[in-house]
Amino acid sequence: MLSRDADSLYWMSRYLERAEHTARLLGVGLTQMLDQTPELAPPRWGRLLSALQATPPREGLADAYAITRELTFEPANANAIVACVALARENARQVRQQISSEMWEQINRLYLRVRATTPEAIWQSEPIEFYQAIKEGAHLFQGITDATMSHGEGWHFIQVGRYLERAGATALLLDVFFRPFLETPPGEPPILDENDWVGLLKCCTAFEAYCKVYTADVQPTAVAEFLLLNGELPRSVRFAADRIQRALQEIGRATGSRGAGRAERLAGRLRAALDYGQVDEIMADNMHADLASIQRQCAAIHNAIYQAYITYPVESALAQ
Amino acid sequence: MLTERSARTNGHSLFNSYFLDTAYDEMFDAAGEPRPHYGALYRHLIELSARELQQRQAYADLTFLNQGITFTVYGDGEGTERIFPYDLLPRIITTAEWLTVERGLRQRITALNHFLHDIYHEARILADGIVPRELVYTCQHFRRELRGVAVPRRVYVSVAGTDLVRLPSGQFAVLEDNLRVPSGVSYMLTNRQVMKRAFPRLFATYGVRPIDHYGQALLSTLRSLAPPHCPEPTIVVLTPGVFNSAYFEHTFLARQMGVELVEGRDLLVHDNIVYMRTTAGLRRVDVIYRRVDDDFIDPLAFRSDSILGVAGLVNAYRAGNVAICNALGTGIADDKAVYAYVPRIITYYLGEEPILPNVETYLCDDPSEQRYVLEHLDELVVKAVGESGGYGMLIGPHSTAEERERFRARILANPRNYIAQPTLQLSRAPCFVNGQVEPRHVDLRPFILCGGEQTTIVPGGLTRVALRKGSLVVNSSQGGGSKDTWVLFE
Repeated sequence: MLSRDADSLYWMSRYLERAEHTARLLGVGLTQMLDQTPELAPPRWGRLLSALQATPPREGLADAYAITRELTFEPANANAIVACVALARENARQVRQQISSEMWEQINRLYLRVRATTPEAIWQSEPIEFYQAIKEGAHLFQGITDATMSHGEGWHFIQVGRYLERAGATALLLDVFFRPFLETPPGEPPILDENDWVGLLKCCTAFEAYCKVYTADVQPTAVAEFLLLNGELPRSVRFAADRIQRALQEIGRATGSRGAGRAERLAGRLRAALDYGQVDEIMADNMHADLASIQRQCAAIHNAIYQAYITYPVESALAQ
Repeated sequence: MLTERSARTNGHSLFNSYFLDTAYDEMFDAAGEPRPHYGALYRHLIELSARELQQRQAYADLTFLNQGITFTVYGDGEGTERIFPYDLLPRIITTAEWLTVERGLRQRITALNHFLHDIYHEARILADGIVPRELVYTCQHFRRELRGVAVPRRVYVSVAGTDLVRLPSGQFAVLEDNLRVPSGVSYMLTNRQVMKRAFPRLFATYGVRPIDHYGQALLSTLRSLAPPHCPEPTIVVLTPGVFNSAYFEHTFLARQMGVELVEGRDLLVHDNIVYMRTTAGLRRVDVIYRRVDDDFIDPLAFRSDSILGVAGLVNAYRAGNVAICNALGTGIADDKAVYAYVPRIITYYLGEEPILPNVETYLCDDPSEQRYVLEHLDELVVKAVGESGGYGMLIGPHSTAEERERFRARILANPRNYIAQPTLQLSRAPCFVNGQVEPRHVDLRPFILCGGEQTTIVPGGLTRVALRKGSLVVNSSQGGGSKDTWVLFE
């Protein structure tokens, strides 16, 4: 496969995952707004913005409309949903001959849908439905991808892009919740209440799955264990690390594994740490450092993929 | 004055605005009766309401939009993609008509390939005085670098898109040979797909010859031109990139053939061998179906400011290590002044009379023809010889005095660069416009594939439509659209 095509598939997938993640967080934030007291809103929006690495709007953290507008439409925000969908589609356009027509049509429809609307229009109708539609659009695209594209090298690059983005974003999201929680001195009232932990689970579409494993008794330690170390939840960090490693092994196999060792090794190390991690140890030790390390390892895997497959020097390739 | 008659429409409201005049009408004969091969379509149409047709049109437009079958409009910040307007009603050609067209195109492409080989080798035709020497050597598309280069199977033009028009007599004539990087074939193929969904029952009963094998035919054409050392050649489509107006077509063809779509930055040349950068390392490339103009294809050989090309590609080509289709330098044969000599070129190489006539053409380089052109600017169509896409054109009867003055000055300054032709009454075909069926001017661009062993022409081509009433310009960049073209079985 052309290096540039692999690059486009990877970014198509990452950008769509990013758009979906933002849409899901906004959907949860807006739903929580419906039954919360006004003074609870600013800290909740603040955490949500931190989890998306976004700065608060001029209007401040009490203005839900301004926050959703910035995170969805703001042209200056490269991670706004509309921008991410547009970039995902632009990358898909560059590899139209690699992806199936059905995939292209779906991402194009999603793009036309988000392009056709305005902040005012969604705010006046049903904003929660709009974010629901984006999530569904992204899920449909993933389903179409799995059902219509050969599960070969290109498909594995799509997997790597999605799960690297997911692992990093989920680690950051966990950090935003657990850092203040763990830093609260004993005896002081907890900063986060049960609704916040339920909100965190819902940000990972994990509340129902959580209840099946731990019952509806929502405890921070159990939430951390579930979102970080569960091997079956598709949005857990461990699940993502597992998929990253598998996809990189498949890519290595398909390409004759020239220079692939480093990326595979890094992915394997991340996965092993999560496979054998213990939640009580992690929380007792330094969870913030662990979560920051996961994000750094994701960046290192990204760089190793680039060096092995995308931007390798021509001289070394000719020498082989 | 044109005398307008109306077609026999049985007072059906869809045809209220239909008119006939001296132009050949594809659907109705001179008496206003539907021609036999259009009869079934006509009967189908008058059973439909405008509303039903509008629904099908909306469905077709949405299909194009959702599939992203768009072309890029330059210099338009937001929304740079537009759908290519699609007209719902098919243009129908009979078997007998098609056989003549097909024979004529085969003859023409064969002669033009002989001509190109000759020009870049012995240049017998110039020595024999059939085509003036200075006409060829002053052509901006003549590539000195290609002289004496052995082109695989002597096929210079492997993909051509020849523009035909139908004269008032009903006869097809050649308006232009597009021998460099002709586009439009993806629209021909997608128009057909959309048509099959919009009128499935009508289509099934009509007996239309299929065109879907174009992708396979193109692939085997390219394969037949691979350098002799590779039994399993690696073929790529070279595109200028996502911002090119025909980018959709490039991806479409790569997908149809199952080959990689590359940009210049994906390729590199080392020791006169072309490689592409893949995830599994560098891979050798044997055949390039290029959709990049000569000028931009190799910054070392041609325009040094080009970032679309591949440095060293021309040397690899001269060394015989890679085939480039179409060959470099084919623009000499579709120069609009050389066009005037094509009938003589056919006779010279093949000893045959041309099957498809040319349109009468005046060369501004010739003093007496130039005088005639300057005296009749308001009646003629003037074209710059190296342009395409409807740019650099004066349509006399639709021009202002100011435009004519500008062209007069240009012709006098650079007569070699201009030719003129009578303003043709292109034939008209029924189109669905504003809830009515109305006649609009059309042309026809069949696509010819010329391989080492055989020449393939899929039956039909792209029928382009001047959707603006009275307009004669069918180019997509100038407000034209297209429609499906049906060639019928016997």
